[in-house]
Amino acid sequence: MAASMMLNPAHNIYNPHDLAADWFGQEVSTGTTIMAVEYDGGVVIGADSRTTTGAYIANRVTDKLTYIHERIYCCRSGSAADTQAIADAVTYQLGFHSIELDEAPLVQTAANLFKEMCYRYREELMAGIIVAGWDKRRGGQVYTVPMGGMLVRQPVSVGGSGSSYIYGYMDSNYKSGMSKEECLRFTGEALSLAMERDGSSGGVARLAAISEEGVERRVILGNQLPKFFSA
Amino acid sequence: MSSHNNGWRSAAVSTGTTIIAVRYDGGVVIGSDSRASMGGEYVSSRVINKVVQVHDKIFCCMSGSLADAQAVTNAAIHKLNFHSMQMGEPPLVQSAASIMREFCYKHRDELSAGFIVAGWDRKRGPQVFEVSLGGMVVEQEFTIGGSGSTYIYGYMDAKFKPGMTREQCLTFTTNAITLAMDRDNVSGGVVHLAVVTESGAERQLIPGNKLPVFSRVLLVNEYLGIQVRVVVRGNAFESFWRAQSTRRVVRRV
Repeated sequence: MAASMMLNPAHNIYNPHDLAADWFGQEVSTGTTIMAVEYDGGVVIGADSRTTTGAYIANRVTDKLTYIHERIYCCRSGSAADTQAIADAVTYQLGFHSIELDEAPLVQTAANLFKEMCYRYREELMAGIIVAGWDKRRGGQVYTVPMGGMLVRQPVSVGGSGSSYIYGYMDSNYKSGMSKEECLRFTGEALSLAMERDGSSGGVARLAAISEEGVERRVILGNQLPKFFSA
Repeated sequence: MSSHNNGWRSAAVSTGTTIIAVRYDGGVVIGSDSRASMGGEYVSSRVINKVVQVHDKIFCCMSGSLADAQAVTNAAIHKLNFHSMQMGEPPLVQSAASIMREFCYKHRDELSAGFIVAGWDRKRGPQVFEVSLGGMVVEQEFTIGGSGSTYIYGYMDAKFKPGMTREQCLTFTTNAITLAMDRDNVSGGVVHLAVVTESGAERQLIPGNKLPVFSRVLLVNEYLGIQVRVVVRGNAFESFWRAQSTRRVVRRV
């Protein structure tokens, strides 16, 4: 660094960017941890609550579990602006479709609407979304639409920057045939582990259980998160 | 994308890897996978042992650029041996970590290799040190490193308990490496283990077909209105084959 400064002494000795904080020019991102698990009778979804602009936490109580339809929610990760715009567009399209059909829409339909948008505008968007919900035809379903616009149905899915750290935990602890309470605990623990390791994830853990009866939302506050060994 | 096909040919050999060391009451357990890759596309060796013995009761695991790691390790073995002869007694684990750190820090602009140094000495018993890329040294109860380690941070935090026995440690280490190999494409092969205690060092090798199995739900598909869920237990190759043949069976129905 010292060598390169010597080469152009005529330049300003201060960097104009030093006048503003590092995060002023950064995009708002939900560097995040999101997760969704199917169980017999519904799905459990979860997310952390941190939105960052560079090193600044713009919102420490974000709600990344977004309402799309009465029993369909999506978990957002990536650029906050992009995911909000996509979610708004899909909510409108799905609402219209549901009125035309005169019945509750399928989760697969919602997932395909997300996929269409994410794939068509893949070069401009930065959005990784997990769509989850309950419908009468196929019960609880989880669809993941990562960046690039792929669509695949999985029984359990994690996403966001914090997800890398919990793949091992998810692979070793997921069992098919879990009950709703087991799924809630599994999700809460996984989110807590990811939030502990990922700098872009943190705050509170928001959970929701979607089933035929409706949507039940929970919040696990920071001091109530399950604690693990930290080296 | 003209370099697409030549990708791995011009890439350096890297131990995109998973390495781990865990301390327990009587000693340390050290483990690694066995894959060396080039450019993330070609596996240049599927049986490489990244757990290197630098002295009778001190081991180190390599990660990062294989060339750099081997160079530093060989230099450290030489220096540590000399140091031990000068002192007239077996070297401390901390000395080994210090020697590696000296190389890593002095040449931090040229090198790109990280290490885990673990072993047993008479002064402080079993110890695990992490010597990371720029030359930082941190002593820990357990530590993981390499590209595959990101996927098992959650698992390690959840499952580690201080005061494990030797057997529990071995299971814990093997499970962790297996989970990382299942998710990281540049980690794989067999699991190399080493256990170091007061009485000496012992190496183990766990081949692919003896690794622990974590069942995987591979597909959820719908054919003719019937949901087909393929839950397979077995190693990756076996699981894939079974999933493919199940798909063929369903199509005929």
